[in-house]
This record gives sequence, structure tokens and C-alpha cells, in this order.
Amino acid sequence: MTQRRYIAEPIPAPAPRAGEQVIDYSVPADDTVKTTTCYMCACRCGIKVHLKDGKIRYIEGNRDHPVNKGVLCAKGSAGIMTQYSPAKLTKPLKRVGERGAGEFVEIEWDEALAIATDRLAKIRATDPKRLAFFTGRDQSQALTGWWASKFGTPNFAAHGGFCSVNMAAAGLYSLGGAFWEFGEPDWEHTKYFLMFGVAEDHDSNPIKIGLGKLKGRSGADRAKFVSVNPIRTGYSAIADEWLGVKPGTDGLFVLSLIHELLRNDRIDLDFLVRYTNAPWLVIDAPGTEEHGLIYRNQEGDPLCLDRSSGDFVDALRAEIQPHLIGAVTLPDSRSARSVLDLLVNRYADAAFAPEKVAPQIGIPADTIRRIAAELAEVAFEQTIEIKTPWTDWAGRHHESVIGRPVSMHAMRGVSAHSNGFQTCRAIHVLQMLLGSIDCPGGWRYKPPFPKTAGSGPAPSPMVGPDQPLAGMPLGFPQGPNDLLVNADGSPQRIDKAYSWEAPLALHGLMHMVIHNAWKGDPYPIDTLFLYMANMAWNSSMNTAGTMEMLTDKDRATGEYRIPYIIYSDAYYSETVAFADLVLPDTTYLERWDCISLLDRPISHAEAAGDAIRQPILKPDRDVRAFQDVLLDLGARLKLPGMVDAGGQALFPGGLRDYILKHERKPGIGMLAGFRGADGTETGRGAPNPDQIERYIANGCFFQAEIPETARYFRYGNRDYLDWAVARGLIDHPDTMVLQLYCEPMRKFQLAAEGFGPKQPPSEADRARIRAYADPLPIWYPPFGEAESTDGFPLHALTQRPMHMYHSWGTHNVWLRQLQARNPLFVHHRTAAEFDLADGDWVWIESAHGKVKAEVKLMDGVHPGTVWTWNAIGKRKGAWNLSPQAPEATGGFLLNHVISELLPPRADGYRYTNSDPVTGQAAWFDLKIRLRKCNAAEAGATEPTFAAQKLHGKTPERTQRYGAGMNKVPS
Amino acid sequence: MTSLPVQPATRRLGLVIDLDICVGCHACAVNCKEWNAGGHMAPLTDFDAFGEKPSGVWFNRIHTFEAGEGATGRTVHFPKSCLHCEKPDCVTVCPTGASFKRAADGIVLVNEDMCIGCKLCSWACPYGAREFDEDVGVMKKCTLCVDRIYNETLAVEERVPACVSTCPVGARHFGDLGDPQSDVSQLVAEREGYDLMPEMGYRPTNKYLPPRPRQNGGGCATAPASSAAPVPEGIDLGAHPFLRWVDRLLTR
Amino acid sequence: MYPAYSVIFFTTASGAGYGLLALLGLGGVFGVLPGDRWFGITAFLLALIAITAGLLSSTYHLGRPERAWRAFSQWRSSWLSREGVLAVVTYIPAGITAFGWVFWQEIWTLPALLLSAAAIATILTTAMIYASLKTVRRWRNAWTLPGYLAMGFSSGALWLALLCAIFDTARIPSVAVAFAALVAAAGVKFGYWRFVDNDAGVATAGSATGLDRFGKVRLLTAPHTEENYLMKEMGFKVARRHALKLRRVTLGCAMLVPMACLLLALFPLAGVSAPLILVAVLANAAGTLTERWLFFAEARHTVTLYYGAERA
Ligand SMILES: Nc1nc2c(c(=O)[nH]1)N[C@H]1C(S)=C(S)[C@@H](COP(=O)(O)OP(=O)(O)OC[C@H]3O[C@@H](n4cnc5c(=O)[nH]c(N)nc54)[C@H](O)[C@@H]3O)O[C@H]1N2
Ligand SMILES: Nc1nc2c(c(=O)[nH]1)N[C@H]1C(S)=C(S)[C@@H](COP(=O)(O)OP(=O)(O)OC[C@H]3O[C@@H](n4cnc5c(=O)[nH]c(N)nc54)[C@H](O)[C@@H]3O)O[C@H]1N2
Ligand code: SF4
Ligand code: SF4
Ligand code: SF4
Ligand code: SF4
Ligand code: SF4
Ligand SMILES: [Mo]
Repeated sequence: MTQRRYIAEPIPAPAPRAGEQVIDYSVPADDTVKTTTCYMCACRCGIKVHLKDGKIRYIEGNRDHPVNKGVLCAKGSAGIMTQYSPAKLTKPLKRVGERGAGEFVEIEWDEALAIATDRLAKIRATDPKRLAFFTGRDQSQALTGWWASKFGTPNFAAHGGFCSVNMAAAGLYSLGGAFWEFGEPDWEHTKYFLMFGVAEDHDSNPIKIGLGKLKGRSGADRAKFVSVNPIRTGYSAIADEWLGVKPGTDGLFVLSLIHELLRNDRIDLDFLVRYTNAPWLVIDAPGTEEHGLIYRNQEGDPLCLDRSSGDFVDALRAEIQPHLIGAVTLPDSRSARSVLDLLVNRYADAAFAPEKVAPQIGIPADTIRRIAAELAEVAFEQTIEIKTPWTDWAGRHHESVIGRPVSMHAMRGVSAHSNGFQTCRAIHVLQMLLGSIDCPGGWRYKPPFPKTAGSGPAPSPMVGPDQPLAGMPLGFPQGPNDLLVNADGSPQRIDKAYSWEAPLALHGLMHMVIHNAWKGDPYPIDTLFLYMANMAWNSSMNTAGTMEMLTDKDRATGEYRIPYIIYSDAYYSETVAFADLVLPDTTYLERWDCISLLDRPISHAEAAGDAIRQPILKPDRDVRAFQDVLLDLGARLKLPGMVDAGGQALFPGGLRDYILKHERKPGIGMLAGFRGADGTETGRGAPNPDQIERYIANGCFFQAEIPETARYFRYGNRDYLDWAVARGLIDHPDTMVLQLYCEPMRKFQLAAEGFGPKQPPSEADRARIRAYADPLPIWYPPFGEAESTDGFPLHALTQRPMHMYHSWGTHNVWLRQLQARNPLFVHHRTAAEFDLADGDWVWIESAHGKVKAEVKLMDGVHPGTVWTWNAIGKRKGAWNLSPQAPEATGGFLLNHVISELLPPRADGYRYTNSDPVTGQAAWFDLKIRLRKCNAAEAGATEPTFAAQKLHGKTPERTQRYGAGMNKVPS
Repeated sequence: MTSLPVQPATRRLGLVIDLDICVGCHACAVNCKEWNAGGHMAPLTDFDAFGEKPSGVWFNRIHTFEAGEGATGRTVHFPKSCLHCEKPDCVTVCPTGASFKRAADGIVLVNEDMCIGCKLCSWACPYGAREFDEDVGVMKKCTLCVDRIYNETLAVEERVPACVSTCPVGARHFGDLGDPQSDVSQLVAEREGYDLMPEMGYRPTNKYLPPRPRQNGGGCATAPASSAAPVPEGIDLGAHPFLRWVDRLLTR
Repeated sequence: MYPAYSVIFFTTASGAGYGLLALLGLGGVFGVLPGDRWFGITAFLLALIAITAGLLSSTYHLGRPERAWRAFSQWRSSWLSREGVLAVVTYIPAGITAFGWVFWQEIWTLPALLLSAAAIATILTTAMIYASLKTVRRWRNAWTLPGYLAMGFSSGALWLALLCAIFDTARIPSVAVAFAALVAAAGVKFGYWRFVDNDAGVATAGSATGLDRFGKVRLLTAPHTEENYLMKEMGFKVARRHALKLRRVTLGCAMLVPMACLLLALFPLAGVSAPLILVAVLANAAGTLTERWLFFAEARHTVTLYYGAERA
């Protein structure tokens, strides 16, 4: 099948025919074209912005760009309307009325920065952790995290905790890489693609391009695409097979697949022995403090039993023949078993037999068996060979790369459940058993990954007044010692990340900050500093409660319980009204940004890459780029690294300066490309004052292609390891062993079993850790299930619309025409039970609350599941929309019925509604019941809240954007 | 010029839309809006932009249908713009000559300067491909991006309709459907492309490629028929789950 | 289809006007109507005002009324253009006939015949605008043409009967013609409604999408959550219950009441027949407007198949 997207030869323009309109075809589309990086979502596509008379005429995908290769999604194309939106903030604002009322005075930047500096300086001089700095959907964590660390507060996190830290943590601790946007299927070669719980994802355009490629193959080359998802829309609609599972049961499904593969001896033992910790020995000494730990030598290296020599040898050595099955007696006469032995023992159990689990998952046992057989068939009988020679870490030469062309991807359908970490681990174990990690046709890393699984510095605790942190606030605990807990076991962070409630909370718990700060649990704070997060609306659980907490006052003092809120947004979002100080940001077309390898880069499997945004337009209002403001604040606060010895700002030119000058480690800065004085070095190299110009000349991005011999099996590929060290992606060229068995988890369990200096403070905490911190993947029903016994029989989910980005799309004239309200989708059989028809209204009731919505019937959904589109509902008056806008009357948030807390445990304490390992918000655990509205109730959503005060100019009713642009300039 | 061309050229430019891979992302619809807002028929006015009843002029739209039920049921995303019909009544009903079908390439256009805004052509189009701009008082429609495909100020590879160049999955193809040898014609032949509402007799130029039959089995159709592979004889899984592996010598 | 008031008024008024003109021509030529100056002035003024008002109102629904003149150009292909041309052309025989009738008190055969022919043709072209649209099965059928003709003639004939009553001339024939036209109109409308109720449409959601190969086709999500131009213009729906009520109104007002009035008017009660026929005329006008509204509101356009309709 040949595609006619790009034409080889132009079609000659026809001469005008008599009587036909004469058309001037060749009207130039621009007088200026500039490249930059799209930010209508976090996918980071390259764009070309065509300007005509200083206005945007057209934004198109940059064909040279590695992420989108010229395509552009609906949001990206609608960028023009975001740029010209009347919802843009125009000036710094200081609250004058009650919080939440939206009463502000406009102030000058000097005043705004003075207020902030004053407040923050006091906090820093007394107790830096009383600043909680949390950021939402940003791409600037390399800067914001560094800033927080220099400020000295451990209370920093970005959106990952309410987003998909389950995927990050499970991946990083298993593979040293992760799904999310940090890896991708080998679209070119894969023959079987299994996708779990994805509606859209961060790799928005790359996934679509990939699916197009995969589905476009025909004949013997055809690949199969299986989508596991309770809902059949979007990607699932074009899947060859749709498995409409019951929400929260993917882990069980995967473990059953593993059971089948083991039972039929269809696993890649060679791969497991070479690249995973399958042969490592696990000490079997119940009741002792080493039970379940890896058997190691003095140096801490893992050991295994070499069958050829009969010795216990360094498991990392090459050419050994490890013992795999059966008990081993260690020299100290304890017993041990290999990881593989433990794994097989666990999953060969009949508890995971398809017949056993099928009823819980909601798909037939035969289907589970068939999928397992298909996976094995493709992995082992349809292997592919790419004739590229390569050398493994041990120096062994191979003539070609063998691929097991089964690939997988998973995202929030897995991560947003309270069993998401373990489910994602199960998927990674499945991939490892099939030998399909970073091989042709399999799932592949994007640089800077792979990294050694679970490696990285531990999270840094607070040092003290006027002191920076010793490292970064977020890090990678290796065990209880790295937790941020006090002597009594209580959390040190405001969000309780890295505490016993969420030991591997690698990204913090954004969704708990407001609640905890309001409650003063574990302690009260002074200032909540939010950036780019609509926390008073669609990104909070318990939205109504959150708004109350933000405005709640201490009865005794009359002060707000969260004393001060600073917020940076670019638009009049719902959250703006709750701020005491509003720092208006620029739009993505008006500023410098850095999409760094230190953060969330634009790499793909075959190249490391990063990118910048450059200002295309000058702001027409008094706003400043937040990152410039942050550096300015840092300088005013005289934070280390932001001022020189004399107290002078080091980056007076803001982020642009920082990009050019800042070095994280010697030679390593924000951008990897064009380093060194002459711009010829990649990754490591001295700062280059022309670096940004070079990026601009290159289309605002940079790609370091990985040599062909270094593109597969990178955790054990010498060429790659050397290449990555040279470019500063990793520190040592040592092979990285994939972790079937996750030892740090076992260390947490041991603490819960009563060993070691740091132990969970209560029996309930111990029980939780014992149950959920299993070093081998387990499945348990999501916590939400527990509530279903109380008469909430249905699961309720959200999905992202491909054409809307959370709340960002709302004020976009074009995007809101596509969607301005959201119905509740219900299976027609379920609807029949409740006597519901299209257009009826229902109350969606959970144990936490209720919300009202219009009903739409459908067939392609798990019958016990209802769902709606995410973040369409808007608060009245926000975003400069009419208070009668359909978004406010017909759009609703499921967030109203999601609680941020689990039901109380025996002593009344309520855990966060999150994964017990990572603290990832369990948005999709929600269970509900439906009640049909009576005639008087139908017609508009509830709850509704007082309309927010409209800000800014009254928008034009009729928009004629583009009028006159089709004329040839005279 | 509302009589159809008497001697149309053989060139018939149009789109081929692959329903097998369209994910319903609306990218083509918005990019179309974006290009055309400043293009040949500029502007594509928006009404009640921030109000209660937002609407506007669009040349391309994405519908989603469900067909069938249960295991054989499908969800199909369905983009639709003007089909540049060969026998388009939208043209012949036009009282002014504003609507016309080009003899040279078959593109159906509206000459805004002649249109009186009687809306009859929109009544005559079975597919809903005509868009009335209340603000200007004239009919507008998909131009097949005449101002891109023949635009000499654009790079050659950009001379395709906006919706085609932007589609992330590559579900849209552009070419000459009058030439049986063209890529698009061959694609239509190979995939049994079809006409919408053939019973209307408008003979659309644009073709739709049907969703392909779903495949079970790994990769291609060669998966084992019954995959419940029997447990190997003589091994009691319960007692010795992995006897089979005990003797394997594997080198790291 | 959206029932635009300008179009409803236009087709109703011009239907009556051209119906009256056609009958004036025929009645004159066949000597049924008197070549009387005042009768002529009144009748022609009435008819010409009706058609002129109708034509003017029809330009109201144009986006660019100032360009209306362009509509005369495409008579070779477009029924709307033909209607425009004929509507204007009809003024010529109408003017000549009226001139003879009023100034010479003579009825010139050729112009009068041409007038009738042109008037009838204009009604037919109006009908053909709708009857030619393949997209609307409820318009494109054998009933539309006779419908427009019968409705136009019955309104015109009622007006003529009113004039005859006022001028006390040709009372019986005019009433008879009107009665016959009303019977015909009632019959045609009745037939039309029966057809409409049993009509399965021209296309289905299945054929519109080509997805019937997988089973029954249902819309899951429309391209926009709010109404767009297509839905406002082509997606107008009237509830079936409502439609039935309005059909009764049409039948009652446009046909039954006028028929009853006509029958009563036949009794030579001095002074009563003209007011009775006036009642008939007014009732008929109301009924015809209703009928026209329904003609649009009940029409289903194939584009609705892409927005949730199963057949159209
Ligand atoms: N257009 C657009 N793109 C976006 C965003 C956006 O708002 N709009 N947001 C960005 C962000 S922040 C994120 S985190 C990503 C998230 O991208 P996705 O991971 O695609 O997130 P969701 O849209 O929440 O989709 C979750 C999917 O999981 C399914 N699901 C729910 N529960 C289960 C389950 O138990 N099992 C399985 N197998 N499936 C389940 C749902 O039906 C849904 O299809 O998207 C990013 N990209
Ligand atoms: N029910 C339910 N709730 C969910 C989810 C779900 O699936 N279901 N998904 C969750 C997930 S994964 C995520 S990531 C969160 C996302 O939640 P958020 O991170 O809160 O995302 P947005 O709603 O897009 O809010 C971002 C804010 O940034 C502002 N903004 C946009 N551009 C700029 C800019 O250039 N500068 C500045 N300073 N501000 C800007 C926007 O105006 C908006 O107020 O939502 C979570 N909420
Ligand atoms: S996916 Fe769309 S919105 Fe996101 S960066 Fe790419 S083009 Fe922009
Ligand atoms: S799709 Fe409609 S507007 Fe386009 S040519 Fe066919 S009939 Fe005309
Ligand atoms: S609206 Fe314009 S293009 Fe359409 S039929 Fe009327 S005059 Fe022709
Ligand atoms: S061809 Fe051009 S005008 Fe037509 S739908 Fe595609 S982008 Fe829009
Ligand atoms: S851009 Fe492509 S995939 Fe997206 S809706 Fe349009 S045709 Fe479908
Ligand atoms: Mo997210």
C-alpha cells in the first residue's frame, strides 16, 4: 500500500476554463516562518509557525522533527486560537477580596516579585519546608526541582504523582526505563502489539504514527494489535482484538498469561539468564533479617551458583552456567532459591489458571489461553533477525540481532489504580519472560534510558534554615534507610511521599498537598506555590472539598488554614481565583523553554534528543515567562547557584541564560547538542554561547543518532554503554541487569516484619507494606472494590479526548466547538436495567458524593463500567467563558465523586486514595451507582458553584480569524 | 456555470480515507479549519465563540459510529468532507453559477463573489459538505485545498491538502482517482474502497476504505488453531512445576 | 428541514398569487369572468401584490439579497433559477392582460393564455425546487408537484371566489372551481401524508456510512457537541404527535372550513356570502401556512443520517 500523503511530483495547475472562477493558487502562506516546539500538550512535537503581517497564518508539523515527522494533532493545529484567546492573563494580580471570589487588583511586576521575595525569604530563614512548591503539567522539572533544592525545601513535586508514577516506578525498578513516554514499541518490526489502558497518552503523535505504520502493513507482514481496555474507542476501535476487561484486573490477566507461558514452557530462558536477575539467589531463611534478600558477596555483588564450577560466583560475570531450579544450600548452610525458581513457583500455581481468573477479568479462559499462545508463537516462532553485528557487554561478538517481535505499552488504565505498580511490574515481567526488551520488534528504550534498574540518588531531606538540600528533592529509595521519615516513622514531606504510606513515591503526591496542608498533617505550611496545575478543579480529587480547603479559615485566628498561595498560570483557569498572588505566564509561543535530557526529552529509540522553544511572538500584555520569574526570584532570594559570590544574578537573561550557562555536572547542561566552544560536542562539553542559535538553525531540536551497532539490547550492548557514557547519559559502562525480583521492595517488607532501624510506625502500616510491597508482582483487587460491597456496583472511568488537553483546550474557540459537554457513556444493557435512554439524566453516586450527567448509550464498553471524557466540565465563569457555556451546564467532572482518601482504618486514620507503594492517585478505582433523575432534575449538571468573576475583555462573539489573509500582499 | 462540465478531463482529484486506521483524533478537521481560515475561502467564521452556543464553519468533520453488537461489533471513526462528486446536484441546483465543478480536475467549488446565499446547494448535498457562513452570507466548502495543491510558493511535498498532510496515522490519501494507475486508485482497488450512499447517484470521487476483518492469531493468520497446548505428558505440574528446566545448561 | 418563515410566506403568498393569475387568465379567455375594469384592477392588484410580496420575502432568506439578480442566470440547470426567471417573466403577460382588461375592458386571448401558462409554470418550478432534491425523500416524490399546484390553485380560487362574491359575478362557477380545487388539494395532501408515513426514505445510516456490513449502525459521537449549521438547517425535527395535530389544523383550516364556507355561500343570502368567503380565504391562508411549515418540518434530509437518524 503506497501512501499519497506526500506527492512525488506536483500536479500541474490547470489553465482556467472559460466561465470558471479564476483562482490565484499561489498566495504565499507567510512572510516569515519560524520553528519551535508545540506545547498544546506535553508531546513536544516540532512545529513550523507561518506568520503573515505579524499574525499567525498557519501552524504545521515540522517534517524534519523526530517526534511528529510533519504531522500535527487537533490541539497543535488549534494553537492559533490559544494564542489569541481572551482568557489569557494580562497582568500580575494581588487578591483583595475573599479567597476564591476572584477579587484582584492588578499590580506591577516589581511589587509582585517583592511580595513573593519577602514571604519566601522569611520561610527560608526559618523553616524552608513551609514552602510547598508543586507544579502540574509542566516540562520544566529540571529547573523547578533544582530551584526547590536550592531553596532548601523537600516539598517539591511535579504532576507525576497524580499522573502515572506507577508506570515510572515499576519500569525504573524493573527495567531501568519505563512505558509512559520513556520507551516505545519497535513500530517498524513488531508483529504483535499488546496495549493496556491507553486512550491517548503523552506520545500522542508518535503512537498514532506508529499504529498507522503497524496497521498499514499487509499480507504476510501484517501485525496484530490487541487493546486491553474496558472501553472500545480511539485506539481500541482500530485494534484487531479488543479485550474489554473489568477495570483493575489487568494484573490478574497478565499473571495468568505468565502462568500459561510457564505451563507450556514458552519462556526465553537464555534471555532471562543473560539479562535479568533470574539466576540470582534469594536467601530462604524465614524469620531472619535477610530472608528474601539477594545473596551477595562482601562487595555487595549478587551471587549465583555456577553449575560448571560448583562455586558461588559473581552473578554479573559472563560465561557462567547458573543453577536455576531447586533449592541451594549456601556456604553458611542457609538455603536459597533462584529468582526464577521463586517466580515459577509462584505463577505456576493453579490460582492463576485461566479458568480460575477468567470470571474476575471478564474475558473467557479460552481467550487468555489463546493470547498467551499467540504471544509465544510470535516471540518464538516468528523471530526476526537484523543483520547488524554487535558486541555484548562481555565483549562477545554477535553477527546479528535477534528479535522477539512482541511489544507492549501501558499507561493510565494500569497506573491509575491502587494496584497499578504491581500490575505494571507484572507486565514488565511478562516482557522479560518473552525476552522482548529492547530487541527488534519489542519494546525499546528512549535515551537517556536504560539506566540501572532502581538506580539514582536517594531523595534529599531538608537540611535547615537558609540551607539548600544536599541533592534533589525527588530520588530513588533503595530501602527503608532512604525514606523521608522521622524517628517516630512520621512523614517529613507535606505530601507524605517516601513515607511508609508511599515508600516509592518517586514523583511526590501532588493530589495530597492541599488536603495535608489544610489539615496540618504532618505539619502546617506557610506558602503553597503552584505552577501550571489546575488544582481547584480538574486535577484534584474531591473538587468541592478542595475548594473549601483552599478557602477554609482557622476559627481561632481567622487566618486561612493554607496561609498563602502563589500561582502561576497563563490563563484564567479555575485555580486563579484561589491565589493570593498571581504570576501571569506567557504562552508557549512567547517564551524560551527547554525540553531537556535532564527532564522529559524528545528522544526516540534510535536517537537521544532534546529541544527548545523560542519566542515567536512578543506578548501584547504585561506577562513574564515563569521560568524567568523563578530565576529572578532565586536571585532576589540569593539562592546558591542563582547568584555569584557578590550576590549578582547569574542568569539575568532568564531561562535563555540558564540554558546556555548552567552546568548540572561539569560539561553537562540543559541541552546536549552543539556543546563545546565550537559546538561540535554532544552530551558532554563546555557551554557554547552560540548553542541556542545552533538549535534554532536546526529547527529548535537536536538529535544524537545512536550508532547502528548500539541500538538493541542496550542494557548489555557494549557499543551503546560506551556511547552513552561518552555523552553523559550514564556514568559507567557496566551492564544493567533487568529485575524480575525487586529487592528494594523486599527491604521494605523486612522492615514491616520487624527488622532494621526504620520500621513502619503502626501495625496497620506494617500490614500494608507486608501485603503490597511484594518483590514479585502480585495482584489484589483495587481498593475501590472494597467500597462496591456497599452498593456501588459500577466502575466509573474517564478517558482523555484526543482533541483536548485537560483544561487547556477549553478556551480554544475551535476545540470547544468540537466538544463543550460530556455525557456519561453507559452500556445499553446496563442502561436497560436502570431504565435509561439516550438523553436521560442520571445521578452518579459514589461513597463520597454525587454528580449529575446526561446519558449516552453504547455497546463497546465493559457492561459493568460507565465512563466519560476527562476535564470537559468547567466551573461557571472560568476561562472567560459565558457562565451559560455548555461546559458549565452540560459538562461535568467525575472528580466530584472521587475521594482523595480511603475509608478510615480502625484508628480513624485515612490513607490517601493511592497506590500503597508509589502514592499514585487511584483515579480509576472509583465505584458508583446510578439513579435516574426525575423530570425536574434533568437538564443541567450538579453540583455547580457560584459563577467565578469574569476577567479580562468581553470576548468577541463572532470571530473572523483569517479574513483577508488569503490576499496576495500588495 | 452550474451545468456540469460537458467534457470533463480524466483527472479527478480526491481523497481516499482509510476507516481501518482512523482513530478519530480530529486532527484533519482542525488542521483543515486552520489552513482554510486564512485560505481561499477565508475566513471560516466562528459564532458565539465563548458563549452558550458555539458553532462555526468547518469543511471537515469526524463522526464516530458503532456498528453491530457484542463480539463482532465495531467502533468506527468516520471523517467526512466534500466528496467532489461526479454528478453533484449541489452544483446543478445553484441558481447563480456560484457553484461549479471544474472541468480540469473535478474539484467542486463555490465562487463566493457570485453566491447569493440561497442555501439550496446545501440542501442538495446528501453528505452535509456545504457550510453557510452567516456572517458573510455566502456558502463555503472544502476546496480540496486548491490553494495548497497548486500553490507554487509551497515546497513540492507540501502541495497536498492540509488534512492529508497532518493526519497522524496516515489514514488520508490524496491523488487522481480518474487515473486507474494512480496510487490512490490502486489502493481503492486493493482494499475495495466504496462510495457513500451510492443510491443517491452522485458518484462521489472520494472513496472510503472499509475496516478490515479482524484477525485472531499471532501476527498474520498462522496462529495455532487451538492454543490450549496440552500439559506435557508425565509431568505432574502440581508437584514439580519446573522439572523441565532443571537440566538445561544455560550460559550467561 | 428548518422551516424558514420567509420561505413559508413566500411559497404560500406566491402560490395563491400565481393561482389567482392562472385562473384570471383562463376564466377571462373562456368568458367566465367579466372584462370589468374594477374587477380587473382589484384582481390583478391582489395577485401582483401577493406574488411581489412573496418574491421580496424570498430574498430575505438570502445571505446576499443585493445579488439576487444573479439567480436568473442558471435556468439551464437550476429549478430555482427557472422559478426566478418565470416569476419575473410572468409579469409580462400579466401586465399586458391587465392592461387590456383594465383600460380596454377586453380580455386578450393570447396574453391571457400565456399568463395562465406562465403562472402555472411558476408554481410548478417552485414545486420542482423541492421535488428535484434527491436528498429529501419527502419532497422528491410524485405528490409534491400536485401538492403545490392544488394548494396554489385552491388559495387562488378562493380569492377569486371572494372577488366574484364582492363584484357579484360568476359566483357559482368561481365557487365551484374553488370547491373542486379544495377537494383536489385535500386529496393530494391526504395522499402525500399517507406516502410520507409509509416512506422508508432513500438511504439509511448503514448506506450513508457503508458500515451496514458490520450490523446495525448507530451514531456514538457527533463531530460537535453543539448544533452546527447542518443540524440547524437540515436537522430540524417536529415531534410526530405534534405533526399529527398540525396536519389536522391544515386539513381543517386550509380545506374543510373553506369548503363549508363555500357551501354556505351558495345560499343567496344577500351580504353574507362575501364575508363567508373571506373567512374561507383567511382560514385557507392559515391552513396553507401550516401545511407549508409542516412540509419543511417533516422533511428528513439524508445528512441527518450522519447525526443519529436511522433512515432518511
Ligand atoms: N489529547 C490529550 N492527550 C493527553 C492528555 C490530555 O489531556 N489530552 N493528557 C496527558 C497526560 S497528563 C497523561 S497522564 C496521558 C495519559 O494518557 P492515557 O493513559 O491514554 O490516559 P487516559 O485517557 O486516562 O486513558 C486511560 C485508558 O485506560 C482505560 N482504563 C481504565 N481503567 C482500566 C483498566 O483497569 N484496565 C485497562 N486495561 N484499561 C483501563 C480507559 O478506558 C482509558 O482508555 O495523556 C497525555 N496526553
Ligand atoms: N477524573 C480524572 N481526573 C484527572 C485525570 C483523570 O484521568 N481523570 N488525570 C490526572 C492527570 S494524569 C493529570 S496529569 C492531571 C492534569 O492536571 P493539570 O496538571 O492541572 O492539567 P491542566 O488542567 O491542563 O492544568 C494546567 C494548568 O496550566 C495552565 N497553563 C497552560 N499553559 C500554561 C503556561 O504556558 N504557563 C502556565 N504557567 N500555565 C499554563 C492551564 O491554564 C491550567 O490551569 O489531571 C488529573 N486529573
Ligand atoms: S501531540 Fe499535538 S498538542 Fe501535543 S505537542 Fe504534538 S502537536 Fe502539539
Ligand atoms: S459532497 Fe456534497 S458538496 Fe461535495 S460535491 Fe458532492 S454533493 Fe456537492
Ligand atoms: S448558496 Fe450560493 S452556491 Fe449555494 S446554491 Fe445558492 S447561490 Fe449557489
Ligand atoms: S481537502 Fe482541504 S479543504 Fe478539503 S477537507 Fe481536506 S483540508 Fe479541508
Ligand atoms: S486525522 Fe486521520 S486519524 Fe485523525 S480523524 Fe482525521 S483521518 Fe482520522
Ligand atoms: Mo498525567
